[in-house]
Amino acid sequence: MATTAKLQNYFEAFNEMEARGEASEPVWLHQLRSEGWASFSANGFPTVRDEDWRFTSLAPLTRTPFRRATAADDLIPGIEALHLSGAACRLVFVNGRFAPGLSATGNLPAGLQVSSLVQALGDKTGGAEQHLGRYVNLRRDAFAALNTALWEDGAYIRIRRGARIEQPVHLLFLSTTGGAPTMTHPRTLIVAEPASQAVIVEDYVSSGNGAAFSNSVTELVAAGDAIVSHYLVERENYDSFNVSTLRIEQARGANVSSHSILLGGGLVRNNVHPVLNGPGAECLINGLFVGAGRQHLDNYMLVEHASPNGSSRQFYNGILDQQARGVFHGRIVVHKDAQKTDAKQTNRNLLLSDDARIDTKPQLEIRADDVKCTHGATIGRIEDEPLFYLRSRGLDERSARNLLLYAFAAECLDRMMEQPARDFVEELIQKRLREIANAEQQASPSSQEARADASPEEVA
Amino acid sequence: MSLLEIKNLRAAVEGHEILKGVNLTINPGEVHSIMGPNGSGKSTLAQVLARRDTFEVTGGEILYNGKDLLRMKPEEAACEGVFLAFQYPVEIPGIGNAYFLRSAINAIRKYRGEDEMDAMDFLPLFRENLKLLEMDEKLMNRSVNEGFSGGEKKRNEILQMAMLQPKLAILDETDSGLDIDALKIVARGVNALRGPERSMLVITHYQRLLNYIVPDFVHVLVDGQIARSGGPELARELEETGYGWAEPATQQALPA
Repeated sequence: MATTAKLQNYFEAFNEMEARGEASEPVWLHQLRSEGWASFSANGFPTVRDEDWRFTSLAPLTRTPFRRATAADDLIPGIEALHLSGAACRLVFVNGRFAPGLSATGNLPAGLQVSSLVQALGDKTGGAEQHLGRYVNLRRDAFAALNTALWEDGAYIRIRRGARIEQPVHLLFLSTTGGAPTMTHPRTLIVAEPASQAVIVEDYVSSGNGAAFSNSVTELVAAGDAIVSHYLVERENYDSFNVSTLRIEQARGANVSSHSILLGGGLVRNNVHPVLNGPGAECLINGLFVGAGRQHLDNYMLVEHASPNGSSRQFYNGILDQQARGVFHGRIVVHKDAQKTDAKQTNRNLLLSDDARIDTKPQLEIRADDVKCTHGATIGRIEDEPLFYLRSRGLDERSARNLLLYAFAAECLDRMMEQPARDFVEELIQKRLREIANAEQQASPSSQEARADASPEEVA
Repeated sequence: MSLLEIKNLRAAVEGHEILKGVNLTINPGEVHSIMGPNGSGKSTLAQVLARRDTFEVTGGEILYNGKDLLRMKPEEAACEGVFLAFQYPVEIPGIGNAYFLRSAINAIRKYRGEDEMDAMDFLPLFRENLKLLEMDEKLMNRSVNEGFSGGEKKRNEILQMAMLQPKLAILDETDSGLDIDALKIVARGVNALRGPERSMLVITHYQRLLNYIVPDFVHVLVDGQIARSGGPELARELEETGYGWAEPATQQALPA
């Protein structure tokens, strides 16, 4: 199945990267790309026969002929509206390429180093080389392999030993869509040195309508006792394809939080894969996915406990309306030596229509004997009792529904501790929930009756 | 003009008739109590007045302030001044008490074409009422009723009532699950709200609450109809005789 017609476009893209890379890239990087390509081209895209992809068909993605995006200029009207105010710095990537003119990297707090990944690899003292590609599994993960073969740029963030950076680093990945379908493969490397602290916000946005495919890979390396919060915000248009892979490597006592907020995108796959590779590491995997229309939002969590005394918490809430589909696949692997592991997983879902669907699947693989692992999932609707309670106090049905949706989402928001990142995310969530509540209201027959009641003169 | 006029009200749930022709008139400033055995339809009446749609009104009418209450949605009734203190207040995780209250106040103000109440005006009023009901302000930073004790939930209902200043307050078994101290606090809160502009319908199974909230009229609801009406002395009489006289209804219905 190697280079079938479906993979032709990717093959061409790889050839272009090869031709360019041979001249400018170091040998090890060139080899890494080739490895990625070899693995991807040997296996192709996964299918629903693959257990990890059982609930998500990639047919709409594989039949779309994506091409590498052409370079976009530095002028994006209205980009200010996308900014995260109060950020320590902002790196903007347009169609996968660093846009220095749109970025703000001056006056960095002491101990924070940021640049594009290409720049970082040019700087031999930066330390990017020793980590890049070390953590993702190219043989098992087709999208990580494809990204490794085709990435053009991304962010490099390094937090020096002991530095505590409170303001978030905002990474804005913008796809300018509208013409032929384009693809980008952003690659990000985050290195948090011992006892450092940072907040990173990875934000995917499209400018314009039409299909684009973002296939991002982020490797987050948290050294001993580092504290890192990572936010993923997916707010691309509903024709977009977005596959993101966050691979977290945690050393002794490192504490990492991953917050995924999926609001946009048509076909979205969110892979979060922490490996607790040092005793006493802690990780929080927190997420909210909100889908309507024909959105398909797939969350694949793989939490690996490879050392003793680690703790992991997974909390994912889903809100699905109309024909939207959600997937939560929560896999916990406890390796033989990871005694005293404490792992917990909860997935709660709210279905707002008869056609919405959620597939939720816990998967525990425990090879140690002294561990605590629990999992649970719920699927429900907006309940009558609280809705009536709110309405009996004067809130109209739409506001009451909106408030209940917000309350459900707030369970995830309450686990996001860092300002201003939390407020930034909250505003985006509220906007999306208002859209959903408004659409709900228009679709419900009782409200049409109410409208007729409210304006009899229109009827007459 | 009377505030509430219920005429021959019939209501059913899932085809089972519960209210079988209720007649009741409440004038402004009056406090009426409805007593009755379990299953007589007391709570159904309360929920119909608050416009819960699980109950199907099969006959009769309700005039509230001269308007057809049965055509109102729950939020419209609330904005027109109807308030139901729930028998079982609902827990709503994720929504703060104070935020919820301010949203409710402002929804009602908006309906009436009034300006929104800002935090500056809200807080003093809120604190004053918290004090009246001896409630801890910290409780108000928590989600609506979440983790509240039974007594705290009931006090929270009266707090909401005090903040929303209804024209018609319906108290559905507000005394159930309250110890005597909590009962006194709740009653004090309710009595503070009595006035010529506010009418109340106090629903209770026991006479106990009526020692503290003394009604102007007492009605006994039996099998979906008002069987007797009287003054406060009727409640005391019921305390002594119980509802035994009202209960053999099912036996009477059996063929002789």
